[in-house]
Amino acid sequence: MITVLLLMSFGIFIGWIFHAREKFLTLTGKLTNWAIYLLLFLLGLSVGTNDKILSNFDKIGWQAISLTVFAVIGSILMAWLTYNLFFKKR
Amino acid sequence: MKGSLIILAFFVIGIIAGIYELLPLQLLQNDYSLYALYLLMFLVGIGIGSNKNALNLIKEVNLKILLVPFSVIIGTYIGVSAFFLIQDNLKISDLLAIGSGFGYYSLSSILISEIAGDTLGVIALLSNITREIITLLLTPVFVRYFGKLAPIASGGATAMDTTLPVITKYIGSDYAIISVFSGVVLTILVPILIELIYFVSNL
Repeated sequence: MITVLLLMSFGIFIGWIFHAREKFLTLTGKLTNWAIYLLLFLLGLSVGTNDKILSNFDKIGWQAISLTVFAVIGSILMAWLTYNLFFKKR
Repeated sequence: MKGSLIILAFFVIGIIAGIYELLPLQLLQNDYSLYALYLLMFLVGIGIGSNKNALNLIKEVNLKILLVPFSVIIGTYIGVSAFFLIQDNLKISDLLAIGSGFGYYSLSSILISEIAGDTLGVIALLSNITREIITLLLTPVFVRYFGKLAPIASGGATAMDTTLPVITKYIGSDYAIISVFSGVVLTILVPILIELIYFVSNL
């Protein structure tokens, strides 16, 4: 999957060269949205044909939500520490 | 928010089409999604490279501002590791990879489903959408009790775009610059960290 990172780096380079071409950027923006729609549709399609995921959807949902709650609490506490140590004006 | 709803709609339509077999299943056997992912990564790169905010921000970087995305990453991993201890279903590598989405649900879910399978892709999707929703709803609370960096941390990669308006409203425009910076850094790091986590866990 290193291809993914190489393609992104190449894209960053192209984007940097053409960052003043408004039309080109509007087009890539639109294409990006449609690529996301297509991929999420395909992900949905494989979920819809996957009985293991469908029958466990509630469990999967709860796992996802509780994982996020922990991730958010962790990052907020860390940000609170950083804010008090380095940012807050005394 | 509207963008998230459209994306969710495509996901749900996909599920329905899958359940009722509305499309020839050949679509799934071929690896179209991998090529679409390659295209997406290239396009995401163009978006980052051409982002004028990102270009200007690089000139303003100081050590202090770098601490913000760094705190988000460390804090997220600490939280996710705590979650790992109270459950026994998911591997730590999967949890860290999902956490590394930092709210960027479209990219992280697609990438993780390619690497680790559809179940984890779906968890990544729901988890990272939840992160965006939590930030949109709770930003005022976070600012009040945990300071101005808290919603930036909660928003993660979305702090540069979808959650930026609400964050700016509560922390002011001077901190909005930090929000954009942190979001840009995390957005670039999402695919890198996910790949890195699975690379290390497969060693």
